[in-house]
Amino acid sequence: MTLTTDKTADATTEHASAETIHALAAGLEGERHEPVRLAAHGLHLAYDKRTVVHGVDLEVPPGAVTVIVGANGCGKSTLLRGLGRILKPAGGHVELDGRDIARQRPRDVARLLGLLPQQPLAPEGITVADLVARGRHPHQGAFRRHGAGDAEAVAQALALTDTHELAGRRVEELSGGQRQRVWVAMMLAQDPRIMLLDEPTTYLDIAHQVDVLDLLTELNRTRGTTVVMVLHELALAARYADHLVVMHEGRLFRAGPPAEVLDADCVREAFGLEARVVPDPVTGSPLVVPVGRHQRRA
Amino acid sequence: MTAVDTAPPTAAPDDAAARLAAARSGLRVDRRRRRVRTSVVTSVLAVVAVALVVTALMLGDFPLAFRQVVDVLTGGGDDIARLVVVEFRGPRLVLAVLVGVALGVSGALFQSVLANPLASPDIIGVSQGASAAAVAALLLGGLTGLALSASALAGGLAVGLFLYAVAWRGGLAGHRFVLSGIGVAYACASVIGYVLTRSDVQEAQAALLWMTGSVAQADWPLVRLLGSTLAVLLPLVALVARPLQVLLLGDQQARALGLRPELVRAVVLGLGIALACAATAAAGPVAFVAFTAAPVARRLVGDGGLALVPSALVGLVLVLGADVVAQHVLPADMGVPVGVVTGAIGGPYLIWLMATLRARPA
Repeated sequence: MTLTTDKTADATTEHASAETIHALAAGLEGERHEPVRLAAHGLHLAYDKRTVVHGVDLEVPPGAVTVIVGANGCGKSTLLRGLGRILKPAGGHVELDGRDIARQRPRDVARLLGLLPQQPLAPEGITVADLVARGRHPHQGAFRRHGAGDAEAVAQALALTDTHELAGRRVEELSGGQRQRVWVAMMLAQDPRIMLLDEPTTYLDIAHQVDVLDLLTELNRTRGTTVVMVLHELALAARYADHLVVMHEGRLFRAGPPAEVLDADCVREAFGLEARVVPDPVTGSPLVVPVGRHQRRA
Repeated sequence: MTAVDTAPPTAAPDDAAARLAAARSGLRVDRRRRRVRTSVVTSVLAVVAVALVVTALMLGDFPLAFRQVVDVLTGGGDDIARLVVVEFRGPRLVLAVLVGVALGVSGALFQSVLANPLASPDIIGVSQGASAAAVAALLLGGLTGLALSASALAGGLAVGLFLYAVAWRGGLAGHRFVLSGIGVAYACASVIGYVLTRSDVQEAQAALLWMTGSVAQADWPLVRLLGSTLAVLLPLVALVARPLQVLLLGDQQARALGLRPELVRAVVLGLGIALACAATAAAGPVAFVAFTAAPVARRLVGDGGLALVPSALVGLVLVLGADVVAQHVLPADMGVPVGVVTGAIGGPYLIWLMATLRARPA
């Protein structure tokens, strides 16, 4: 248990092994989650008067990883915000655990459902430890202070996201990748049963992208956490999704297992891109290979 | 350790344990460092505040020795010293303290909830609204004393409500609130100018003194009134401090963490407006205190928190210090009101703030 100081310099870049993550995730406080149902019924979402999502019906499979993909401006982030009750429906409703999410107490919802927006804000000067600890807010009462259980949850969140050496650093001093992992840590500290993440891999290099997705998968497998995320990278989406949702012009275009959903027709219609879809050499999941205008083999 | 003991028996538990240990010790170190810095800042400010209180009680036409002041404060002292401290200097001193605290906390609430260093009651028209109402009440209605204070309170609250209505568009837009407020401040200034030019010079002089912000008119009933108002408002501020801290993460995050951002913002702004109006009603618009106190306190503490207690202390030190300077450092026959001194500090401070503002990282 002694902490060697000569290791600390590298530790922030040293990725946790799969076994380490498993050991940490399995040791998380609390029981394995009973999956909670989340569903949208005839959901319309609008900014001012401009409707962005038109009547989406979506059952999020409990205890699975759902990935939402689609072209820019197709409403995928908006749908995620609607599911996370950040945006009030212009029509239809979202059900969490069988009841309208808008009628539940915000704090109760926050214990079940976490959301990481695309560009979260950190107050100037705040340290990583302080920020991640704020994820505990839904578990604390108006008078209950930060307790030992909270501190342990924060420590585990830091260890799981490779940010355990950054506790005392100011968030604004971190690199984009470190900051992104700190935000994921904050949501882990919140410890919701459903995690909604809007492009959690932005700003991350390829190795850290895979790290974050592996971590979410691990939480899903060991704890039964339901994960719903918006991703841009189709190869990663197809690889990590149990359930793939393709959005097109504010509507649900297709949904199902990636192997059934993602084909050349789908990519052409949803993204306006000519592509071949081949089996991923590593996993066999569909791999979208774009056909550019200038790179076609003669 | 319990967390690790349940892990499967591979080589990984060692690494997992090491990571957890590192995280735990990092959290402890960070917590301790922040706590130490906050307590050092708070204690230093408190010592400065106490020193100022004692100094203010010693100085005057009838100078008292340090010993005499301490005797009176600890419940002893001779009759003359008691009379000087309790009846002559006491009300003015306590009023300065209360006004400083109210303005410091008010500024901290405004600036954090609107995420804008310019969002302070003395910049966005709340104080000006209170002044305009008070000056109109004084010169047009002939009101004085408590009625005058009540009009000031009403004026400030009216501006606050007006700004809320103007800036509301399905949610409160902070920048719209601030910019509309600057417009309101000018409109109020023109109301004040109009009323003043229509009035007789003697009366206008009295109004002018009030408008500069002064604690010279203090008596115990006024102090008691402001004191009991703060006794109601400050505990409410302590209650909203935690949700406000979460709101600093932005509306989306706050909502995701189970907060109602609009509700928290309305309560916090209401408290900020009430505090600023109460202080203004008692002492007139003492310039720049609400504006300066919180940023100075936050720089001293430097952890991105609210720094409410340090802000209150900085406000206290500013108002009391400025009043000591106004009374005893500037020539005696000038009778300078405290607002002149705080204004003279505030202008250069704004320039310094702009010159040293850190560029926000992308």
